[in-house]
Amino acid sequence: MVSPSHPRQDHATLAEKFNRDEARVDWHDKTLWFIREKRDRAARTLPEWEDLREAASQIKNRVLDNLRDYLLQFEAQAQRNGVTVHWAANAEEHNQIVHRIIQQAGVTNIVKSKSMLTEECHLNDYLQEKGITVVDTDLGERIVQLAGESPSHIVLPCIHWKKEEIGELFHKHLGTPAGNADPKFLTGAAREHLRQRFMTSRVAITGVNFAVAETGEVVVCTNEGNADLGVQLADVHIACMGIEKIIPERKDLGIFLRLLARSATGQPVTTYSSHFRRPRVGQTMHIVLVDNGRSARLQEESFRNALKCIRCGACMNTCPVYRRSGGHSYHYAIAGPIGAILAPALDMKQHADLPFASTLCGSCTHVCPVKINIHEQLYDWRQVLARQGYVGGVKKLGLMGMAAVLARPRIYRWSGALGRWFMKHMPALVNNRLNPWYKQREMPAVPRQSFQEWYRQNRQQHGQQR
Amino acid sequence: MKVALFVPCYVDQFYPQVAIATLEVLEKQGVTVVYPTRQTCCGQPMANSGFEHLATGCNENFVESFADCDYIVSPSGSCVLHIKDHLHVDGAEEKTASIRQRTYELVEFLTDVLQVKTLTSRFPHRVGLHQSCHGQRGLKLSQMSELVAPPFSKTGQLLGLVEGLELVQLNRADECCGFGGTFCVAEEAVSVKMGKDRVADHQAHGAAFITGNDMSCLMHLDGILRRQNSPTKIVHVAEILNAW
Ligand code: SF4
Repeated sequence: MVSPSHPRQDHATLAEKFNRDEARVDWHDKTLWFIREKRDRAARTLPEWEDLREAASQIKNRVLDNLRDYLLQFEAQAQRNGVTVHWAANAEEHNQIVHRIIQQAGVTNIVKSKSMLTEECHLNDYLQEKGITVVDTDLGERIVQLAGESPSHIVLPCIHWKKEEIGELFHKHLGTPAGNADPKFLTGAAREHLRQRFMTSRVAITGVNFAVAETGEVVVCTNEGNADLGVQLADVHIACMGIEKIIPERKDLGIFLRLLARSATGQPVTTYSSHFRRPRVGQTMHIVLVDNGRSARLQEESFRNALKCIRCGACMNTCPVYRRSGGHSYHYAIAGPIGAILAPALDMKQHADLPFASTLCGSCTHVCPVKINIHEQLYDWRQVLARQGYVGGVKKLGLMGMAAVLARPRIYRWSGALGRWFMKHMPALVNNRLNPWYKQREMPAVPRQSFQEWYRQNRQQHGQQR
Repeated sequence: MKVALFVPCYVDQFYPQVAIATLEVLEKQGVTVVYPTRQTCCGQPMANSGFEHLATGCNENFVESFADCDYIVSPSGSCVLHIKDHLHVDGAEEKTASIRQRTYELVEFLTDVLQVKTLTSRFPHRVGLHQSCHGQRGLKLSQMSELVAPPFSKTGQLLGLVEGLELVQLNRADECCGFGGTFCVAEEAVSVKMGKDRVADHQAHGAAFITGNDMSCLMHLDGILRRQNSPTKIVHVAEILNAW
């Protein structure tokens, strides 16, 4: 966590560090763009793609409008299925509930398949402090866990790791031969290592992609089957979910599963879509429903529809800033455009920089399978943050000056001419290291006159004046 | 038809030739163009930084300048989008709503309102088209690659009418250049990297010129090209449409 003596670096600073190795930035950018293109091809196999997006968006809107009712319906159904349902108001409560269940089971080793919610709640750290070892069983998640890092992407947690580096990491932690970076071999080694954990763990935690109100079941999508394996071998299954994961009916999955896999990785469907409805004989199953700021956000007209997110990661893959700054530059469990609109809702002060880590190009909004207006929310967040005093004093002063000039046509003309005069005659005033524009770019050449001056000279005497 | 020319502040100050080209292109189409000399800026620099509330004076000035004309035309997708999406003055809702509706980016004004089918312009060069995001995704000047929908390009359509012009294909047809207003200095590293990558795509496909509907993006790309001493030049689409 952030200690006061070391204030956390902001996105721009972390991104600048990431950019010191340009070849790596190129590699990162290309890797993610490859996935974006795969997504494009997969989407184009469905002529009804845009209709699917609209349908998904409407279903999610309906869920948000009636969230309370759907949650109660889901709870009742789940209980009927023999599942214990818990409600957690915040991350702390969530962690306590999970810990209590583990304690009751009397174990100190558990397996977990990928769950962004538990990342959001910092569950691993919490359990570790209580003496419980958590093994993340998703390969990418395991890699960042071994490295002592957090995921840099919600679908591809170790997308910032090259295979050679993974080879080294495995050599150090799993004893694989030095210098072996063959992905197939490394995957095999990880499987071997994880298998022992699976076999010995009696508690398995999973995330939830969709929770069906109609049936009380939860659906978990993985490509590795690790959620199934963990749950099938364990005596206790804990499924952790944010309250927004609800969908009304089972048939809605026909829309969401098609959108999710294609948007996330360009696959027609994830390899495993596991439905967990009731515990098998002798097993207990828990579902933890977590609010952690979500119901507060539901009240906010401009920001509520960020809760429609199905965590596909497409907005990250397409984001030209994310691709060139890396997930960790967002210093929040969920990086990229969606992280930048979710994080400030939790803590404005900590995350005031994130809505500014965007050019507002709008690509995210248009890849989003549930049509979240991400770039508009980034703009709206900027207004909120500035009004609440979270935008730097220098920037504010500069913009106040600018606003004053632009509101006064005569002062604008005068200062424009003055500015151009200085740029022309004393270029060192702007062409210096204090000017971030000039660091890697030339300033625009200064014209002899502004358009307005030209117009007054060449046109106005012809009577074309207002 | 009375058309008022809206020249964004930085175009006025640094790229007068773009505004002159815009004026002349419109006049060649037989349009009477006026230039309200009180105008300054659309207010976007403040608003995109979160200070929409500081732009009140600027917005009032905009409304005063452009209240009485049939159309407002500007050679900038970004400024036009800002007006269309965000122009607001307390107590003048009707006026602003009408302005928002009457404001057009130059290319869409030519293709949609004037329905231009022929041009007398010549630009015998290999040209790469930079799709500025606000024009493309905001004003829908062309289809975006994110959507599964039929392709179109209003700018491409006009460039297709220019004699001798050869449009080059790009690897990434509509990736952002990284300008982004204050982003270009606040996030200098990423901004420049984005710009360098965009420029490289055009260069790899042999573009002698990079054109676009927004001078702000082009100014950023130009800064990078000139720092590289690259022979590739930037030119605003209005200048091409006005070239002979
Ligand atoms: S905001 Fe949309 S695109 Fe981004 S992760 Fe969520 S669902 Fe996917």
